[in-house]
Amino acid sequence: MTDRESASLGQRKKARIDRLAAAGRISEDEGVSLWQSAWRRLRTDPIFLVGATIVVLFVLLALVAPWIAPHDPTARLLIDQINRQANPIPDPQPGHPLGGDDAGRDMLSRLLVGSQQTLIVGVMATLFGLTGGLTLGTLAGGIGRWVDAAVMRVVDVMLSIPSLLMAFSIAAVFARPNQWTVILAIAIIQVPIFARLLRGSMLAQRHSDHVLAARALGVRPAAIVFRHMLPNAIGPVIVQATLVLAVAIIDAAALSFLGLGNPDDSVPEWGQMLGRAQQYFNTEPQLAFYPALCIIVVALGFTLMGESLREALDPKSRR
Amino acid sequence: MTTATTSTTQPGRRSGREPLLAVEDLRVTFGSRTSRTVTAVDGVSFDVAPGETVGLVGESGCGKSVTSLAVMGLLPARGAQVAGSVRFDGEELLTLSPQRMAEKRGAEMAMIFQDPLSSLNPVVPIGVQVTEVLERHRGMKGGAARKRATYLLERVGIPDPTRRLSDYAHQLSGGMRQRALIAMALACEPRLLIADEPTTALDVTIQAQILALLNELVSESGTALVMITHDLGVVAGLCSTVNVLYAGRVVERADRHPLFATPRHPYTGGLLASIPRLDEERGRRLVPVPGSVADNIPWEEGCAFAPRCPNAGDRCEAETPALVPDRGVRDPRLLRCHYPLAGDRTEEDA
Repeated sequence: MTDRESASLGQRKKARIDRLAAAGRISEDEGVSLWQSAWRRLRTDPIFLVGATIVVLFVLLALVAPWIAPHDPTARLLIDQINRQANPIPDPQPGHPLGGDDAGRDMLSRLLVGSQQTLIVGVMATLFGLTGGLTLGTLAGGIGRWVDAAVMRVVDVMLSIPSLLMAFSIAAVFARPNQWTVILAIAIIQVPIFARLLRGSMLAQRHSDHVLAARALGVRPAAIVFRHMLPNAIGPVIVQATLVLAVAIIDAAALSFLGLGNPDDSVPEWGQMLGRAQQYFNTEPQLAFYPALCIIVVALGFTLMGESLREALDPKSRR
Repeated sequence: MTTATTSTTQPGRRSGREPLLAVEDLRVTFGSRTSRTVTAVDGVSFDVAPGETVGLVGESGCGKSVTSLAVMGLLPARGAQVAGSVRFDGEELLTLSPQRMAEKRGAEMAMIFQDPLSSLNPVVPIGVQVTEVLERHRGMKGGAARKRATYLLERVGIPDPTRRLSDYAHQLSGGMRQRALIAMALACEPRLLIADEPTTALDVTIQAQILALLNELVSESGTALVMITHDLGVVAGLCSTVNVLYAGRVVERADRHPLFATPRHPYTGGLLASIPRLDEERGRRLVPVPGSVADNIPWEEGCAFAPRCPNAGDRCEAETPALVPDRGVRDPRLLRCHYPLAGDRTEEDA
């Protein structure tokens, strides 16, 4: 028997033991919770792994960007190479693999550091939107009656306005746009999505057997809502949040692109870089290509992760 | 016609015992004034004394679950109109405020349901769900509540109760889940327990254990038990008095033994003939009750059971039968039928 065969035999044995161990684990705690069984499915789901890899890389990158960026993203290192007529954009060169932008700043460094703004805006906007949506959805689905009617009419009105248009309008209200006005605008357009989703799953909980059983034991209405309905209803909302993160990133880029974002270009931001690239699009398309690619890949990562999470948590596709 | 059923003639009522729960002429209607209404419970009356077990028996759709939800005040305020009277220890429940009613539920009266898995909150440990009831009604907190919860789980026969407190519903077996629900229902020692088909979702062996447990707990503590079931086997094992419901009305009421020995209403007879028995000759075919509840005629026009009844005669579709004391049997019994099955009392007896 050659070494190679014995190695593969050993590996097969290991795999078999792993399988048995896994089977043993399953039979041990036979009914597994929703999140446990979802995690089991996700671990082997290639779509989730791709999405999660992109997301994790992106977050790590945003965290360490200032240290790994080869140059200062605000320094006009290549300004002397810019010739307004012949060559407005510095070409790629040793030390600057992606070249520079129209102000002579290093492209790669700006892209890397730009991930920070994208992450901050996306996460903050989604968190604020989630907070608002959870509050409204809990009120509507938990109290019901006229509170439900009032909240849902407001939500319906908000949903009837195209969301980007509404984001532009909110952002345009502020005289001096900055990072926080972008976050606020995107958070507000997310509120009705979360509210509606939570309200729907709260209503399903309201008519569930375990809520009836809790009522039959005289449990107080507040405890029914917060202990028996909300924790069971929140799953789809959490999944939606990962999907909304992707949309928030794209929306933030769109706002910056249209000049409704942070006007201070000393803080690099992908949408804003995209906006500046407009005027050179015919001659220097790479200037738009790099930030656009970053936005697409990151948004794709969150979408893949969210979709596979939703599928794994869908009770209809369990087991 | 229900006023004719004076309480003195009711079987199961032992003299000198005041009923804990007195349901009188209970009527539940679903639907708004604009749309067609459905009367699910149509003038049901029954009493339950402390320590007594009363059965409500009937097939799906006869109004037994709606009756129990109405007694507990758990029907939706909008959409369901409840009329009649439900007195608990002399106090009228139907006019009680929702807050007062919620204080009674879990403390003085409790209910257990059909499906133990869906009746437990999947994301909250069992222990929290038990202590929640103790906190709500007894004001018990922290260690005291946990100690009492451990005792309760032990009392309903859950092994290793301390560890089980932190288990979730999905980690328990079906029988354990129903035991946990019984522990929650009995946490504050209620005086009335309503069990709505508590064994339907369980294996036969577990069924027997759960019934034995309920019987033991009820006789130990003197709790009044209302057992709602379609399973006459459950009735035979537990109930002292049995109410047979059909299409929202009581059609026959008797003590357990005489009811099984000489069913008088053809529907009761049909229910008994449709279950297999060990003490009969082999090869007897089971006789199902023909038709379904959907074949009913309204009670106002005659006997609702007439279209399915083997004994039906001329009067059945012309005249509504009243629930009256039955003279055809030796035991005290109430019967709603024009042409009952043969009784055990002959002319000479009378």
